[in-house]
Amino acid sequence: MAEIIGGLTSSHIPAIGNAIANGLQDDPYWKPFFDGFPPIRNWLGEKKPDVAIMIYNDHGLNFFLDKMPTFAIGAAHEYHNADEGWGIPVMPPFQGDAKMSWHIIEQMIEQEFDITSCQEVKVDHGFTVPIQLFWPDRGPDMPMVIPVCANTVQHPIPTMKRCFDFGKALGKAVRSYPENKRVVVLGTGGLSHQLDGARAGFINREFDKMCMEKIVSAPEELTKISRHELIKQAGAQGSEFIMWMMMRGALPANVTALHENYHIPISNTGAGTMLLECQ
Amino acid sequence: MNMQQEPIFGTTIFDGEQAMKGYALNKMCFSFNDKAARDEFVVDEEAYFGKFNLTEVQKQAVREKNILGMIEAGGNIYYLAKLAGIYGLSVQDCGAQQTGMTTEEFKQKLLEAGE
Repeated sequence: MAEIIGGLTSSHIPAIGNAIANGLQDDPYWKPFFDGFPPIRNWLGEKKPDVAIMIYNDHGLNFFLDKMPTFAIGAAHEYHNADEGWGIPVMPPFQGDAKMSWHIIEQMIEQEFDITSCQEVKVDHGFTVPIQLFWPDRGPDMPMVIPVCANTVQHPIPTMKRCFDFGKALGKAVRSYPENKRVVVLGTGGLSHQLDGARAGFINREFDKMCMEKIVSAPEELTKISRHELIKQAGAQGSEFIMWMMMRGALPANVTALHENYHIPISNTGAGTMLLECQ
Repeated sequence: MNMQQEPIFGTTIFDGEQAMKGYALNKMCFSFNDKAARDEFVVDEEAYFGKFNLTEVQKQAVREKNILGMIEAGGNIYYLAKLAGIYGLSVQDCGAQQTGMTTEEFKQKLLEAGE
């Protein structure tokens, strides 16, 4: 049977993609952020997961406001990145585990999460940047991927509780897969940031740190945060934290935080990185 | 989102009302994923506005590169970012413009948040 071995989190800011393209990992601005990744890469190198479930949000590459699914799951053998309009390099395609995708889709709907299945979906920086951070060389250990996309663009976005429950259903779906696969679940995006409006540049260290603490040991408490409160405390785009909740829901109650890093600022953002190992 | 909630300073919740108001502007910006569309826009902004039926208020905000004006006219930042890319504006340039700072001041403010 498939097994979820851990959860990873990372911000997915496009500037990170540019920094990687320009080899700025040791630049004084970037180093405190990039230094958060080698311990997690070592863990991945040791555990060698077969599949990475990439929970991210589309930023207007694939989905437009004409049709905006709350939760969408990729069901393709291959996923393509594409030009997003402002210049981060386009990455080569990613190999998908379509068979496992369809199993998850079927099992999610069985559990009454009526998601949108996507046999074609262009994956944007929300998906590609975390892969660059965790599997920079995309060598033989690069797992197959399953994109899971949540709507953070068009309100109403799903609630924290719904996202946590989505994760629980996702975890159950994965664990019922009959093949022996080792799976990691990535919750990407966040933490606090706001790009738009007179409050642009808003960052809230205290709230971010609280979220990073509670997501380990008391994620249920975070489900009580309303969307309005989340935007107030984390900034308009800090609402991307809902994808960390989806990740956390897929893990068992008891996890060990093997590694974490938090750094302000990366671009306009408080950047959080975590490795949660399932006990 | 319950719109009866207290407003959050300097923050527009991109709800159904905003999404309807900004549809043409956001659709134009979504088209900028294609390089050919960006090139076409650069050659003749006014003609390109017409293809997407932008409102006069939206056109004026884009002509002025006024980000707060675009948001007021229903623009969503994820799509507007593609327009900003055409103009070579970074998210810090955009943040500075919206908060009435220079880009250097805005970057400094972000660095100070980390201290």
